[in-house]
Amino acid sequence: MSTHTPGPAPETTRIHNIGYRNYEGRRLGRAYVRRSLYSQSLRGAYGLGRSAKSKVLPMILFALMCVPAAIVVAVAVATKAKGLPLEYTSYAIFTQPIIGLYLASQAPQSVSRDLRFKTVPLYFSRPIERSDYVLAKFAAMASALFILTGIPLVILFAGSLLAKMDFSDQAAGFGQGLVSVALMSVLFGGIALVLAALTPRRGFGVAAIIATLTITSVAVTVIQEIARATDALDVIEWFGLFSPTTLIDGVQTAFLGAVSGFPGGQGPGTGVGVIYLLTVLALIAGSYAVLMRRYRKAGL
Amino acid sequence: MYNPTVARLTYRAVLGRRRAAILFILPALLLVMAVAVRSFNGADDQIAASLLGGFGIAAMVPLIGVIAGTGAIGPEIDDGSIVYLLSKPLKRSSIIFTKLIVAIAVTMAFSAIPMLIAGFVLNGNGQQIAIAYTVAALVASIAYSAVFLLLGTVSRNAVVIGLIYAIVWESVFGSLVEGARTLSVQQWALALAEDIAGEGLVGSDVGLPLAIVLLASVTTLATWYAGRKLRVLKLAGEE
Repeated sequence: MSTHTPGPAPETTRIHNIGYRNYEGRRLGRAYVRRSLYSQSLRGAYGLGRSAKSKVLPMILFALMCVPAAIVVAVAVATKAKGLPLEYTSYAIFTQPIIGLYLASQAPQSVSRDLRFKTVPLYFSRPIERSDYVLAKFAAMASALFILTGIPLVILFAGSLLAKMDFSDQAAGFGQGLVSVALMSVLFGGIALVLAALTPRRGFGVAAIIATLTITSVAVTVIQEIARATDALDVIEWFGLFSPTTLIDGVQTAFLGAVSGFPGGQGPGTGVGVIYLLTVLALIAGSYAVLMRRYRKAGL
Repeated sequence: MYNPTVARLTYRAVLGRRRAAILFILPALLLVMAVAVRSFNGADDQIAASLLGGFGIAAMVPLIGVIAGTGAIGPEIDDGSIVYLLSKPLKRSSIIFTKLIVAIAVTMAFSAIPMLIAGFVLNGNGQQIAIAYTVAALVASIAYSAVFLLLGTVSRNAVVIGLIYAIVWESVFGSLVEGARTLSVQQWALALAEDIAGEGLVGSDVGLPLAIVLLASVTTLATWYAGRKLRVLKLAGEE
């Protein structure tokens, strides 16, 4: 490049209008972003809209959740049983390991990748608030979990009607079951999202979620068994407060007419049940608060 | 075969920051339970065996094995920094061997030592229970580390697959289908414990000679195949 001699700028310099136009259409706004984020996260939780490889695991786990229900229904229809061999409320407790695995595989997918690849600031460059992002992710995870735990109950209910069982009995049980899995979905989804958001690295979040959901319930059950073996029956209901699964078990035993899965059926009564319910609600509110705090410095 | 630099880097990766926290939490949980049970209840061989077996061997050892085994290689493959290691004049098999040693050491340290302490807290090693379960934990550590290290080189979802094996296969399937128990690291390790502990306290579905053969062959096969896998490793993008 040749050097110019310094001098006054040539007078030919000017800005051309080359026809860029402003956007004058409707702006979709916060609600739209929130809705899209929700639906994309919910679809993503089942691998829809992602690669074929990432559909495999959630779909297998979903099938694993439904197969026992289908078997139960098939047996009940074939033997013309008067009632289902298991309660609606005990189904989610029974399949808890699968729910734990589903959460452990999908909750990190939902939030960790945005954090790991620092795409969160891009979301916040749109007209959304922190609460929009957190609420959308929270709702999507809870909905995904509700689908996972609710569909088997629908199968059970449909099967019980096919087998001509008493409608009002079954409807009541089905309703109680749905309330219980809804509460469970929000609680588990919140806990899993918090752990996933705090541990963006792949693999580690998975282990943390499993440890919190499954291992605590194993530990609590072992302790409760030991308490029963030593005839300390009244402490059993208090130990149930220390793991998410036994919390849900306690709440549904106290309020939703479930048969407790605690050793010896020593579930909490209404009085202690209130403490269970309060703990569950506090945990849900707490996980929302932690998530909000986590995203205060997004992208870091 | 053993490369101290690779080992140092792997230790840093496995024990770094928050990853170490979960490794401490699980043994701490076992010890707290052991102390609580002992103070509630006094020493009881049957309860000691059920706590060490039901929580320790069934839940704690596999989980620590998953974290240490996949953590030794998974994150490196994941963020692509493994290429810097692979471009060094080191045999791929010696990289795997070193990482295996580290994974085994970490798993042993975080599972067998708490197991021994918990055993002594629970019943003072009555009927050799503490020793029996510690040996089981040591042996299981080796096999789990090798298997999960292999998983870490094969799949990006290694942790989930490892957990599915540990939870669904060993616990749920194992309790329903008799045959599934023959193919479980947990049962092979318990076969050794059965031999050491007093009568009727530890049960295993696998005979001791078969268990030893299976343990040794699974460990060698997994390590060999992980080394092969690392030689043809393809770095894929995020799915």
